[in-house]
Amino acid sequence: MREITLSQAVNEAIAEEMRRDASVFLMGEDVAEAGTPFKVLSGLVEEFGTERVIDTPISEPGFVGLAVGAAMTGARPIVDLMFGDFIYLVMDQLCNQAAKQHYMSGGKLTVPMVLRTNMGATRRSAAQHSQSLQALVAHIPGLKVAMPSSAYEAKGLMKTAIRDNNPVVIFEDKLMYQDKAPVPEEEYLIPFGVANVKRQGTDITLIGTSSMVQVAEKAAEILALEGISAEVIDPRTMVPLDEATLLESVKKTSRAIVIDEGHQSYGVTAEIASRLNEKAFYHLDAPVLRMGAMDVPVPFSPALEDLTVPTPEQVAANARKLCAGELIHAA
Amino acid sequence: MAKAKSNTEDYLRMYRQMVRIRTFEDNANQLYLSAKMPGLTHMYSGEEAVAVGICEALTDDDRITSTHRGHGHCVAKGAEFKQMFCELLGKAEGYCRGKGGSMHIADQSHGNLGANAIVGGSMGIATGSALRAKLQGADDVTVCFFGDGATAQGLMYEVMNMAALWNLPVIYACENNGYSEYTKTEEIAAGSITARAEAFGIEAHRVDGQDVLAVNDLTRKLVARARKGEGPFFMELMTYRYHGHHVGDINREYYRSKAEEKEWKENRDPIIRFRAHLVSEGIATEDDLDAMNAEVEKDAAEAVAYALDAAYPDASEVDMHVFAA
Ligand SMILES: Cc1ncc(C[n+]2csc(CCOP(=O)(O)OP(=O)(O)O)c2C)c(N)n1
Repeated sequence: MREITLSQAVNEAIAEEMRRDASVFLMGEDVAEAGTPFKVLSGLVEEFGTERVIDTPISEPGFVGLAVGAAMTGARPIVDLMFGDFIYLVMDQLCNQAAKQHYMSGGKLTVPMVLRTNMGATRRSAAQHSQSLQALVAHIPGLKVAMPSSAYEAKGLMKTAIRDNNPVVIFEDKLMYQDKAPVPEEEYLIPFGVANVKRQGTDITLIGTSSMVQVAEKAAEILALEGISAEVIDPRTMVPLDEATLLESVKKTSRAIVIDEGHQSYGVTAEIASRLNEKAFYHLDAPVLRMGAMDVPVPFSPALEDLTVPTPEQVAANARKLCAGELIHAA
Repeated sequence: MAKAKSNTEDYLRMYRQMVRIRTFEDNANQLYLSAKMPGLTHMYSGEEAVAVGICEALTDDDRITSTHRGHGHCVAKGAEFKQMFCELLGKAEGYCRGKGGSMHIADQSHGNLGANAIVGGSMGIATGSALRAKLQGADDVTVCFFGDGATAQGLMYEVMNMAALWNLPVIYACENNGYSEYTKTEEIAAGSITARAEAFGIEAHRVDGQDVLAVNDLTRKLVARARKGEGPFFMELMTYRYHGHHVGDINREYYRSKAEEKEWKENRDPIIRFRAHLVSEGIATEDDLDAMNAEVEKDAAEAVAYALDAAYPDASEVDMHVFAA
């Protein structure tokens, strides 16, 4: 199968959906000729024109608000938010407006829009361009949240997001745009709420999101050399969450570590770990462990920044201890 | 008053719609004061000519976005009393199945995209609706209602910039009732409100919001031009709210005088003024209009009684409509 980058996969997904459905359009800062700073949308304006690939002013609340209104009245906008950190600017439009319309109207209004943005540290971008804010969005009922972990996932999830009748936020990892993966030429969609068991195992379940799937896979390789069999699962969408697959795995392995790049406190990892504790307690041989980014603003210095994000070695070390029956946070 | 028109039917409908809003509000106020209505609500009485003058210039395909003070816009855009009162009381037959209440009524069948409890929150939605119209080659126009207080929100400037850059068919209708909550407009708005739109090259008009014909004339012209791609436009409508900021705002002399309220109610009331005009122009008699008022009052009383008896939504609806299918 051909291999393409995550960036190309996103681009293809959007192009295919724009060809298929005339109500889909794109807008954001520098999306047209520039194709975004990461070049993810390059070339789309040439095919679809500036009517459907719209460069906006630097007005994040404004153009996200426009997307909400366009979506409520019959269009299917895809909004490009240049950096995930700018989600703070658009919280009202996303959480008070987009997320609430369907419910508040008793099911009358729908908001079929996609907000695609990014996440992830270790790009030396410092604290205002490195955040992973998926938990912030996943907290709000009415918003769906997808986190592709490869080019294949990115394409299939994006196409599903565009066809979904709800506001969907997609977080792409900035570091993964150039990562290649096999992506079929024929059309495929990845349904929301279906986790992907990336690797089968029997001793411990490693649940990773986005780039943390790779971290989990590398940890699993390290552990395999030591005779520990780790199962690796990518939930793909935080909302809806495929709890069943996660529970099934944990019931088999009896141990789990959840890894996500959002801050540790009050984060995605806390939610997943808590659900496993609530619903699989008697199957567990150890507390479910959370591994998020450190609770610090992301530092600039490479020497410091690298310390903030979970690594395969740390995941393997924790897994090793859990499997040996050691309590990691014993008082 | 603006110049007389010959369209009797339109005039009588405008009168009737203003009376419907006033009557709706009187009943809603009563429901609240008699503790039959949950939550809180913001009365539109006094501002009827704005909603009616504007909405009567729109079709069902034209959209509006509304505010926390939204009953008037909702009635003017064609909503029915029964479903509105049911919504105010949180009943299953309400426009939003009781999930929105006074501050969130949406009535898509008449193009009302909904009231909004975030001051200025719907400016993006209205402008986005207009962007959709332009992209899809549709000729509908969207009117964005908001108060003078909302002009202090940054979102307005972001969306007016884009609306002007892209010539979107949107009309920003600023209902300047002199106050934002308990604060006089002069205390919170520097310079002139219309100048703010003009800074973006948006044609802006200031109009007497108590004169339904003046509002309607101007809106009809602007809507026709917006349909042709000459938008966006901005209107500042000078008006007044008779009640407090919300129904619980009873003692308000610390921020506005009784004399001021009396002056507006007695000498600038949009319904009294229009009624006098209809009679003096021979369009209707006092008796005709009294009969119309009585009919509206009866409608409202029946709708209230119906809504009071109507069923609450079933508990199974609580987690319905979080996501669309
Ligand atoms: C973002 C936001 N800030 C504050 C409030 C509280 N609030 C509700 S209505 C209102 C005053 C609005 O004034 P204006 O826009 O002039 O409308 P009016 O009430 O006069 O119709 C305020 C401050 C709110 N609902 N939303």
